[in-house]
Amino acid sequence: MKVLVPVKRVIDYNVKVRVKSDESGVDLTNTKMALNPFCEIAVEEAIRLKEKGLASEVVVVSIGTKACQEQIRTALALGADRGIHVDTDTDLDSLRVAKILACLVEEEKPNLVILGKQSIDSDNNQTGQMLAALTNMPQGTFASELIVDGETITVTREVDGGLQTLSLSLPAVITTDLRLNEPRYASLPNIMKAKRKPLAVKAATEFGVDLTPKVKVVKVETPPQRQSGVMVSDVAELVDKLKNEAKVIS
Amino acid sequence: MSILIIAEHDNTQVKPETAKLVHAAQKISGDITILVAGHECQSAASAAASLSGVSKVLCADDVALAHQLAEPVSELVVSLASAYTHILAAATTTGKNFMPRVAALLDVSQISDIIAIHDDNTFVRPIYAGNAIATVTSEEATHILTVRTTAFDAVDKDGNASVETVAFSSATPAKSAFVKVTETKSERPELTAADIVISGGRGMQNGDNFALLEGIADKLDAAIGASRAAVDAGFVPNDMQVGQTGKIVAPQLYIAVGISGAIQHLAGMKDSKVIVAINKDEDAPIFQVADYGLVGDLFEILPQLEQAL
Repeated sequence: MKVLVPVKRVIDYNVKVRVKSDESGVDLTNTKMALNPFCEIAVEEAIRLKEKGLASEVVVVSIGTKACQEQIRTALALGADRGIHVDTDTDLDSLRVAKILACLVEEEKPNLVILGKQSIDSDNNQTGQMLAALTNMPQGTFASELIVDGETITVTREVDGGLQTLSLSLPAVITTDLRLNEPRYASLPNIMKAKRKPLAVKAATEFGVDLTPKVKVVKVETPPQRQSGVMVSDVAELVDKLKNEAKVIS
Repeated sequence: MSILIIAEHDNTQVKPETAKLVHAAQKISGDITILVAGHECQSAASAAASLSGVSKVLCADDVALAHQLAEPVSELVVSLASAYTHILAAATTTGKNFMPRVAALLDVSQISDIIAIHDDNTFVRPIYAGNAIATVTSEEATHILTVRTTAFDAVDKDGNASVETVAFSSATPAKSAFVKVTETKSERPELTAADIVISGGRGMQNGDNFALLEGIADKLDAAIGASRAAVDAGFVPNDMQVGQTGKIVAPQLYIAVGISGAIQHLAGMKDSKVIVAINKDEDAPIFQVADYGLVGDLFEILPQLEQAL
């Protein structure tokens, strides 16, 4: 079974987000970048399937500038077998990313595609579902457990108020939620080894997908800032303030 | 302009999100139609018809729609889509699941999680876990939108729309099947829906000490959360995590205990109405966003707080 794992390079989750003063977007110059946390979980799950003998090959793909090769190498260091970098300077929306991934699914013919449920920059939560629609694959989104059994996969999904279990026929698209696994750290020898793993580069233009965005950003603003409040001296004063000033408890 | 809302429902009742979607739809010009897609869902359709400002309810009743799986629901919505300029669903796990499929099948971009509508094609949405707010404009002929319903009030239930039946039969054999659903059985409210949330951080020192939060949570009918540091340290399970990579909460009252206030935690709770911080380090960044701060040893403060409530 071949597993395809699309991943995204995003701002590190611990970095403070700064909006540009001209409101054109978020300032990413000299900012620490990382593998999107949900994508990291997707990579980990694919590697675990390989370690269990269920997957034969884990292929990682990332779409973006040359810099995203760094995140592909991270995934290779974690245990993926080879990487594909789809090179573009254009900031693509989810639909265009899904269209390129659909072309790669056609080429690579994976039995399973595992993606993060959303990226922590654009927060769209769309790409996996769109890819499933475009390739006519069933989808198991927000997965917290996967069980592969022959030609089917049983997916436990995190839904509002509980867990839903679905049975999907393979090939299928899975998107990961936080509880699916806890990703490992790459060891130094594996980081060295990853440098020699194959990484193919393709131009985004070679897939015949129209890359022009249909949704334009008018402006990006900083949300209203909270004013810091008052310090209280003890529990009695705190409870009094909550009851009588803020009126949030009775 | 004409608007189609995909109802959030459980086949018996429409959920409060649906009434909020109608309010969002009223910010767009045009007639409002609600689609109730489910199985034996007539009473939910009648409930949708009573929502103020709705002109028509479409009821699609088929066993294939019983669990509102993404594949059949998106197939149904796509078959109806040509009559509408805007299609709205709630940004719940249901709406987030099927809506991008609808968008891809219609070959249009989706705008997720909108919190405001400026005009018929300009929308506002949080990005970077709410650390930035983007205003976007769409050139698509059909606008596919998911709505963060907490940003809109519910409409009244004094409407009287007509209910029409729409037939549904899937053109393709099903590749996904429902197995089961396990509702979380907790005496406490859900983290993302609770009016009060009390969270513990690394300062709790171990998982057992989270019991100190439970007594307080019981008295306040609060949900219990945790910082990523507490989760990474193995104190509590991952599903309690509040933060950029965990759950985003916006309760009336958020009590942060032994949490320093890392950026990624703040991203998950800073829209709370009132924030209380309890921490022994008076320089902890959490105090910069707290309405009420209390410096001290949480192992002394928590029992006192439980007593005082």
